[in-house]
Amino acid sequence: MQESTANRVAANATSSFTEHLQRDRPELLPYNRGLQSAAPGAAPLQVPHATTIVALSYAGGVLMAGDRRATMGNVIASRHIEKVFPADRYSVLGIAGTAGIAIDLTRLFQVELEHYEKIEGTLLSLEGKANRLGAMIRGNLPLALQGLAVVPLFAGFDTSAGVGRLFSYDVTGGRYEEHEHHTVGSGSVFARGALKKLWRPNLNEAEAVSVAVEALYDAADDDSATGGPDTVRKLWPVIYTVDRTGARRVAENELAAAATNVIESRTNAGREA
Amino acid sequence: MTQQFYVSPEQLMKDRADFARKGIARGRSVAVISCADGIALVAENPSPSLHKIGEIYDKIAFAAVGKYNEFESLRQAGVRYADVRGYSYDREDVTARGLASVYAQSLGAVFTAEQKPFEVELAVAEVGPTQAEDHLYRLTFDGSIADEHQFVVMGGQADKVSSAIDEGWRSSLSFADALRLAMAALVPATESDAQPKALPATAVEVAVLDRQSESSRGSRRAFRRLDDADITALLA
Repeated sequence: MQESTANRVAANATSSFTEHLQRDRPELLPYNRGLQSAAPGAAPLQVPHATTIVALSYAGGVLMAGDRRATMGNVIASRHIEKVFPADRYSVLGIAGTAGIAIDLTRLFQVELEHYEKIEGTLLSLEGKANRLGAMIRGNLPLALQGLAVVPLFAGFDTSAGVGRLFSYDVTGGRYEEHEHHTVGSGSVFARGALKKLWRPNLNEAEAVSVAVEALYDAADDDSATGGPDTVRKLWPVIYTVDRTGARRVAENELAAAATNVIESRTNAGREA
Repeated sequence: MTQQFYVSPEQLMKDRADFARKGIARGRSVAVISCADGIALVAENPSPSLHKIGEIYDKIAFAAVGKYNEFESLRQAGVRYADVRGYSYDREDVTARGLASVYAQSLGAVFTAEQKPFEVELAVAEVGPTQAEDHLYRLTFDGSIADEHQFVVMGGQADKVSSAIDEGWRSSLSFADALRLAMAALVPATESDAQPKALPATAVEVAVLDRQSESSRGSRRAFRRLDDADITALLA
């Protein structure tokens, strides 16, 4: 009797918010909403999709940038969407794929990290955070098979090793550590091509910001689902940097300057791309 | 076969209450003080890792005295309650009042239904944009809840500590003043006859709810735990 009580207490002790929801409030999990299996041959569901995210390392940290467009088929669903979020003090994540589920997953991941910190009194290790995110993406696999996939990119500062690190994922939750730079989303091929030419070791923070802006510019140039810098509405990419002091959102005026620089230099060159 | 003796409900409740009070009176004290900079939580606690003070949510903190396993399970339940609520509604929908009433219900249920009552006393504090909007709730082992103002003191020598803080409390206190006031008040009663020796920084656990955390630290989480170096610097 006593042993079974002890076992029960131990089994119930969890520092994971997701596990707690799974047990007590499964209906709140983003990927537990029962979805009717689609009839064969039915048109795929039309929902907003978030597009290109780029991430790169620089001297002393990592940076993540996302454009501001969400598309639904051939329509622009949003010009203002933000796809890069701070996960906690030392990490950020960017999302590509089904926007609605991705934003909910981001919220869940943010609460997951804060919950662990409050229950345990200490921050989760960077590897631990990356693994938790992988488990959440795997939880979304049934929906991904129905076309509602979410693919994140995760970047953070490893406080014990003293370096910035990047992690990419596939839809099954597979986690891969990336070096130097990585991109996800519909415009990722073009952004990756740009990064291969623009990135070099030991960029400083300001250079890294303009490299990211230029890579997104190239992605928007060739991918209709990626939004370029919008000088009419004053919309610039969202960029977060993470270094030893924590995550910081790059200010609008720095981004405006970086974006205008790219546009000007391209205009002056006057060449076909 | 043993005969079950009749015990009147009054006697039963009184016995349980006495039992819980005895357990709490053995412990050291905790003071929660509302001041100009926010809310200071000070506990006499020599352990650097077994906390009596904890963060619950953005503006809400928790302090407890009594049995560690009992208040720790309540603290974790509070964090779960707040996180689920904030996740399913919105962050600003998590309030100290809601949390305190859940605590009151659980403590009340344990007091009447379980084998033994929880030997704990809790304080739930929420920092507001102005001092008038601070909330302090005191919860006792039987589930009673009290809405307090200015400060809350719980634990072994609650009366003595409380009257000492009452003498020095002003609304204009800074964190440093509040900490000094609490440290002076928490000096163990046995030494109070002689010239009271000040508590060293290692003997207390201190945390604050920062009223201006958004502007000063850029964080919506107001809770900040102070380490020994922070305490010494603040007291200097």
